[in-house]
Formats: sequence, structure tokens, C-alpha cells
Amino acid sequence: MEDSNTDVIQGTLDMLILKTLSLEPMHGFGIARRVEQISRGVFKVNPGSLLTALQRLERAGWLDSEWRQTENSRRAKYYRLTRAGTRQLEIEAAEWNRRAAAVARLLKAEA
Amino acid sequence: MSLWRQLTRGLSVLAHRDEADRDVADECDHFLEQAVADLEARGLSPEEARRAARRELGNPVALREEVRSYGWENAFAAFFADLRYAARRLRRSPGFAAIGVLTLALGVGATTAIFSAVNPILFESLPYPHAERILGIWDRGSDGSPVTVTFGTFRELLTRARSFEAIAVWKSWQPTMTGAAEPERFDGQMVSAAYFRVLGVPPALGRDFDPADDRLGGPRVAMLSDRLWRRRFAADPAIVGRQIKLDDDLYTVAGVMPKAFESVLAPAAQVWTLMQYDTSLPPGGREWGHHLRMVARLRAGLGVEPARRELDALAHAPIHEFSRPPWAKLAQGLLVTSIQDDVTGGVRPALLAVLGAVTLVLLIACVNVTNLLLARGAARSGELSMRSALGAGRPRLIRQLVTEGLLLALLGGALGMALAQLGVRALVALSPSELPRADAIRLDGAVFVFALIVTTGIGLLVGLIPALQTSRVDLHQGLRQGSRRTAGGHRRARRALVVAEVALALVLLVGAGLLLRSMRLLFAVTPGFNPSHVLAMQVQTYGHRYDDAGATHRFFAQALEAVRRTPGVAAAAFTSQLPLSGDADFSNVYGVRFEHDRDPADEHDAFRCAVSPGYFETLGIPLRRGRLLDEHDVAGASTQAALISESFARRKFPGQDPVGQRLRLGASDRSWNTIVGVVGDVKQASLAVSRVDSVYIPAEQSPWADGTLWFVVRAQGDAAALTPAVKRAVWSVDKDQPVVHVATMDALVESSAAERRFALVLFEAFALTALVLAAIGIYGVLSGSVNEQTREIGVRSALGATAGEILALVVRQGLGLAGLGAALGLAGALIASQALTSLLFGVSRLDPVTYLGVIALLLAVSALACWAPAWRASRVEPSITLRAD
Repeated sequence: MEDSNTDVIQGTLDMLILKTLSLEPMHGFGIARRVEQISRGVFKVNPGSLLTALQRLERAGWLDSEWRQTENSRRAKYYRLTRAGTRQLEIEAAEWNRRAAAVARLLKAEA
Repeated sequence: MSLWRQLTRGLSVLAHRDEADRDVADECDHFLEQAVADLEARGLSPEEARRAARRELGNPVALREEVRSYGWENAFAAFFADLRYAARRLRRSPGFAAIGVLTLALGVGATTAIFSAVNPILFESLPYPHAERILGIWDRGSDGSPVTVTFGTFRELLTRARSFEAIAVWKSWQPTMTGAAEPERFDGQMVSAAYFRVLGVPPALGRDFDPADDRLGGPRVAMLSDRLWRRRFAADPAIVGRQIKLDDDLYTVAGVMPKAFESVLAPAAQVWTLMQYDTSLPPGGREWGHHLRMVARLRAGLGVEPARRELDALAHAPIHEFSRPPWAKLAQGLLVTSIQDDVTGGVRPALLAVLGAVTLVLLIACVNVTNLLLARGAARSGELSMRSALGAGRPRLIRQLVTEGLLLALLGGALGMALAQLGVRALVALSPSELPRADAIRLDGAVFVFALIVTTGIGLLVGLIPALQTSRVDLHQGLRQGSRRTAGGHRRARRALVVAEVALALVLLVGAGLLLRSMRLLFAVTPGFNPSHVLAMQVQTYGHRYDDAGATHRFFAQALEAVRRTPGVAAAAFTSQLPLSGDADFSNVYGVRFEHDRDPADEHDAFRCAVSPGYFETLGIPLRRGRLLDEHDVAGASTQAALISESFARRKFPGQDPVGQRLRLGASDRSWNTIVGVVGDVKQASLAVSRVDSVYIPAEQSPWADGTLWFVVRAQGDAAALTPAVKRAVWSVDKDQPVVHVATMDALVESSAAERRFALVLFEAFALTALVLAAIGIYGVLSGSVNEQTREIGVRSALGATAGEILALVVRQGLGLAGLGAALGLAGALIASQALTSLLFGVSRLDPVTYLGVIALLLAVSALACWAPAWRASRVEPSITLRAD
């Protein structure tokens, strides 16, 4: 646990989940690991927030879920992006880019 | 879309809580498992991996709880958990639950039933558009009382008054319909053309009455009620314009009233026709008789006061075109009433009193249940302390206790609604026949909302009071078993509640007592005749063969003869005005002028009774002076005979003999009648109303023939059993004449007090309930306090107190509470009895006998309630109690 990794910024968790799932269907821990890996450990996902967010996104209609059997015959819940979820990802990504660009411009002007 | 998903998912979670929990648990477990596996894959030993995962991810139970608590349904879930817990607690003490639920059901049920009866009469406006603009207009009698108007007055106002959109008069009408089916008699109204415009309800089918038709000799038209139309004419829409036969005449159907039309002024009315009086107002005709009810609809935006002022001005400013006879001079002005008051005014005091009484019962029920909950709260202080030690905050505890109160109230409310359903039926059956809008009494939406509000209110109340009391329990003291008697606060609260209960019960008991005394006194009033073994029935004539007065007289004379010959009949007679028949609504009240009065305008109102000879003998009305009527008092006799009632004679002829004096009944062109006798006073209108002035004339000598007469028959045996034989006797003369309103005179005497009886029966029931509940309350508190004082009692008896002294100690406690309650209740009753004043008869609302009796009763019942706990206390074995702690 390095000190440099941060909790996911408030409000971006949904987008990160949607983005991760746009690659392939995944279960909860898979999503968490992927976010950490791809962000090279910058983002650390709290399991409670993640699982709650998954419920929320599912109820919003952006995710579908199914139960699969694991090798040691446990149940695992896999999430998959729906078409509405794909659209939502596009909207959120565009919004994020717009803001990030604006922040970047501000910082540049400051410097 | 997602809202829908939110809703359905939430509901499915609620419905399958276990499954949802398993899913969450599985998902969390899988997550942790994967995390451990991941750490192992990075080279940690299984043991290290598990510990690291635990460190990183936190408590797995907390994780599960966090995920599980997502969703709106969880807010409900907490409530449902409280509810489930409350239900479990109630199930575990079924005795307590049963008493609480039953008590509340009784209160809610009674209140709801009464509210449903009272609502359409007292609170809802009449079922007409802008009903508040419909007014009743009356002539004002010499004593200021409302008197029905004449057609002449109506015509004058119709032309002169500017305050009204529409103005109409009506009188009742009972036509007999003949035709294909068997003849049937209906209640109906004869109205002037604008009647339905005054009410603001146009017919659903056809057209409203045409004012042009409302004249002498105009075309005969009829309006039908929806019910009559469906029943007799199979809801045929082609009925409009067709002809129906009423009273031997053909009437063209003008229209059919809407199904929802409620005829409030004449509840039984099924058919309406135009009055068609002579608009030239011939003097001495029926156009100048005081027998019409007038209703008017105010112009929009105009208040009642300006209208009242205008009518007053018109009454005092006669104009040439409208000459008025002396008895319709409007010298006292006109009386304006709200039609709502006209319809409901008679029963309003009784209903308000009953509503007040039932509210008291509800309050007592609430107090009792609160008391029960408090007692339980004391017993539960250990449990609550435990829960609070485990981390439940005070709000959480209060919520739990309030939920219990709510659950109890909801169960009580549901059962109460079922009771109300029965109660409403009983109420309608019990209600006096003059109860207006009885058809509108039912459990409708308004009543349901009322019950729901009452129930919720009760739930919060009975839950909150004990919750606030109990949740204040000190944690340490609650957990220490030995200190379970520290809850002095709740004991004070319980005592206060018992005092309140006794006070409320006393108020109710005083009400019931006063009504009971009134009823006794009322039935001790002699009606002025002997009602036992007398049968009465109304016989009517209809059809053109009775257009001639002679034919009418002949029919009634022959019918009476036939009735007298009927086996079992001891005596029989007829009269135009039957005492206590309920139709003494001034239509039989006429102006009487005595010859010896100097001032020709000096008139007195009196009941006109056109009777057959033998009437006084049949009813047992005693002769005081002179003679009764006999067979010589016929149409062509030299003297036109009259008898007057006793107190009337005493007032008009103080110290003189009225016999031989002359009087005139009604219009000034009528001939003089000679007073031949004086008979005893008879209560004509009701037992309570003292108006008794009456003038009796032989029906045969009356200037006009009454088309409707009451037959009175004195039976040798059972009066009611004679009914078929007497009817057959009447029909043997003319089989087509309706015989209606058959009743024994005993029944009429009874029903003349129906409204008081209605109030009395309900008050008695409520007062009894209150008494029982108060006794239970006293018993409960004393039992509790004896249990709590066992140690003290033990010490006392160890120190030498005898069983009798202990007994006295406890009884004194109980009676102290009862006495304090009675004192407060006395003050309450002194105030509350004002509401009963108009229902009382012959007894003051401060009647000391009633108050003393009621207090004695209450204290006696309280003493009884004290006895059992006191007895238990006196048997306390000091050695056992002292060892117990």
C-alpha cells in the first residue's frame, strides 16, 4: 500500500467502471484490479463503494449482470455494459475531457 | 425508465429479502476471495494474503452491510423491521394486545360510525351547486316562529324581490298512479315552475318545467325521479312526452331527474308536478292559505343580509297591486333561514351532543391504551436499557416504541372500521325517522380518511407518550435489576391518566343521566288522550268522483260506518289532525278570531281539527264543559258547533263560560261557529312542545271537505291486529282509496320522542363503555402500584399493620384518584351539559339529583375496581416480600 495512491475522485468512479466494462464483462474484483492496474496504482477502489456503485449503475440500466459458476463452484457476479451504458460512457467521457481540458488550460495560464 | 427499474428492483428486493441478501453476501465473498488469490499470486503465503486482504479491505461484515444498505427500499426495511419487531412483541403478549386493540377498535369504530352519520348532516353542504345560496323564506308567526307562506305572498315576492335568481314554493303531494301495473301511491311535490332552478339541478332527460304552464288550467306535466323511471318505466328514454295517469288525470312527462339528484326537502319524493294555482289570487281561495314552503336561490355575489333587509322592507311596504288579507299581512316581517338549517336544524343538537360523547369515548380509549403501554414500558425498562447499551440511540428507541403504538392503533383502526360498518347499520335503524339525509349515511371516502387520520393520530399519541417516558430510563438503573421501581415519573403519568379517564367518564355519565331523567319526565307527560288500544291510519280520497265535497263527506261517513261495524272495534272516528302524527307542521294551524274580541285583527293560531262525532270518546279526550259533538251536528244544522281546548278557553275567557260564545276559523268570509263545549288539552305536535290550542269542528259542517282524514279506532283487544280488517272495511266502500301511515297511538307517542331516545340510547352506551374503561384503568394502575409497593406493604405488615389497614391504604389510594377525577369531571360536566340543554325536558342541566347519583355510581364502581388489588395487597406475606429483594 503506497502512500501515493489515491481514492477515486468523487464522481469519476461511475465513468471508470463503465470504461473498464466496455472492454469485456467482468466481476467486481476484476474491475477493481483493472482500474488499479491501468491507472498504475494511482486509483485505489474501495470495495464498498465499488459494489454499491455497481448496484446503482445496474438499476440505472447501464449495466447488466449475470451469475457465473467459478472453478471452485462458487457464484460470481459478472457485469456487462448495456447499450444505454455505452451511450452514458460516451457522454461522461466527453464531459470529463471537456473539464480536464479546461482545468489544464487554467493551470497553464496560471504558470 | 430507470425510475421504473428502481421501483421494481426495490420491490423485488423487499419481496425476496433473503435471496437479495445471499446475492450480496456471495458477491462480497467472491470479491474477498479474489483479492486473497491475487495477493497469493503476487507471492504472499495464504496466511499473509488473508491478513493483508483483511487489512486492506476492512471488515467483511461491514462491507456486506454497506452494500446491502443501498437502495430506497432499505428506509422501508428499517420501518418494517421495527414493525416486525413490534408485531412479535404483541404476539408474545396476546392478552395485552387483545385488550389494547379491542379498546381502540371500540373507540375508533364508534367514532367513525357516528362521524359517518353526522358528516352529511352537519359538515357536508347539501348536494346542490352553491347550496349555501339556497334560502328558506317563511312568514313570521305572532310568536316569531316560522309559518308556511301563502301563494299570494309568493306571487308578490316573485314580482317584487330583486335579491334572488329564482324563487319557488312547494307542498307535498301523494298522487296514485294507475295504468298497466297495479295502482301505486307515490310521495311527490307540487312545485312552482322555478323549483328545480332554485335547487340548481336540471333534469337529466327532457326539459325543466315551463313557467308558462304554471297557471290555473295549464297542461298537466310531471317530472319523474330516476328511481321511479327505472322501476316503473324500465328506464325507457322515450318516456319524455308520453302520458301517465296520476289521480285519474293524464300527465305529460316533462323529464326525468338525474340519478344523483337527492331530494333533500322531501326525501321520499318520486314525482313532481306544477302547482297551477290561480294567479289572479281570488280572496278566500287556497291561494291565501298558509300551507306552502318557499325556497329561493340568492343572486351570485349577494349576501344573506341584503336579501333579508330587502324582504323586510317589502314586508312592511305593501303596494296596491298586491292587496293582502289580514292573516297574510306580513306584519311581523319575513323569516329567512338557511335551507341547510331547515333540513338539519331539528337533529343538530342531538347529533352534536352524540358526536361530543363519542369523542369522549375515543379519548378514554386512548388514555386507557396509553396507560397500558406505560405499564408495559415500566416492565420493559430492562430491555430498553439493554438495547440502548448495544448502541441504539434515544431517537431509535422512540421510533421503535412509536411503531408499536402505531401498529396497535392500525390493528384497532382496522377492526374499528369493521365495527363501524355494523355500527352504521345499527345507527340508521335506530335513527329517528326525521333524520335528514339518512340515505347519505355510509362509509365513504371522507369517512375512511377520517378514520385513518384518527387512527394515525391515536397511534402517534399512545406511542409517543410512553416512548418519551420510558426512553428516559437511566441506563445503569435500568440494567440493575434491583432498581426497577425507580420509575416514579411514569407512575405519576399513569395516575394523571387515570384521573383524566375518570373525569371524562363522569362527563359522559352526567350527560346520560340528564337524558335519562328527561326521558322519564317526558313519558310521564300525559298526551291528553288515552293512546292504548288505539289504531290510527290515514285514509285519502283521490280521483274525480271526489271533486264534489258531498261525495267526499259521503265516502268518509260510509267508510267510518263500515269500520265501526268491524268485529273487534269498540269505537271509531276520524279527524283531520291527529295528535303526534308528525304532520303538525303548521298546515293544520289556522287563525282563530273570537267574536268578543274588539280588535278584528286579533287572531290566535290554533290547530283546526275537523272531526266526526265520537272522536273525543274514541281517543278518550275528557269533556270539561258543555257537550261533545253528536249526530245532530250535521251540515244543515242551525248552529255550527265548535269545541275548544281547555287552556285556550281559560286564556280567552278568564272567569267566563265560553259555551255559547262564537268564533271564526280561517278566512273572514267564513261563518261563525258557536262554542258548545270545552275539552281537555291534547299534545298535538309532540310531547315536549307545549302548543296545544285546538279548535274542533264537525267535519260535516266544515266549509270545505278534507280529502285526507285520519281514522282512529279503539280496539277491544290488540289494536295492531285489527289493521287488515279495518282496511278491508274502508275498501268495502271504495276499493281504490289509499290507506297509509298505519300505526298504533302507542307507537306514535313513542316515536314523538325518537330524537331524544336516539341521543339517550347512544349516550347510555357510551357512558357505560366509559365507565367500564375507567374501572379497568383504575384497576390497572392500582395493580401496578401494589406490585411495585410489595416491599413497602411487607414492611408495614411486618411492623404490625393489619390486613384491614393495608386494604384501606390501597382503597384510599384508588378512591383518591377517583375522587380527584370526579371533581375535575364535575367541572367539565357543568360546562359540557350546555350542549345538551335543547335535548333536556323538565330537568335543569344542573340537576343535583343526576349529578349526585352519577358521582355515587362512579365512586361505587371505582371502589369495586380497587377491591381486587387491595385484597391482593392485604394478603402480602411479609416474610416472602422482604426476602424477595
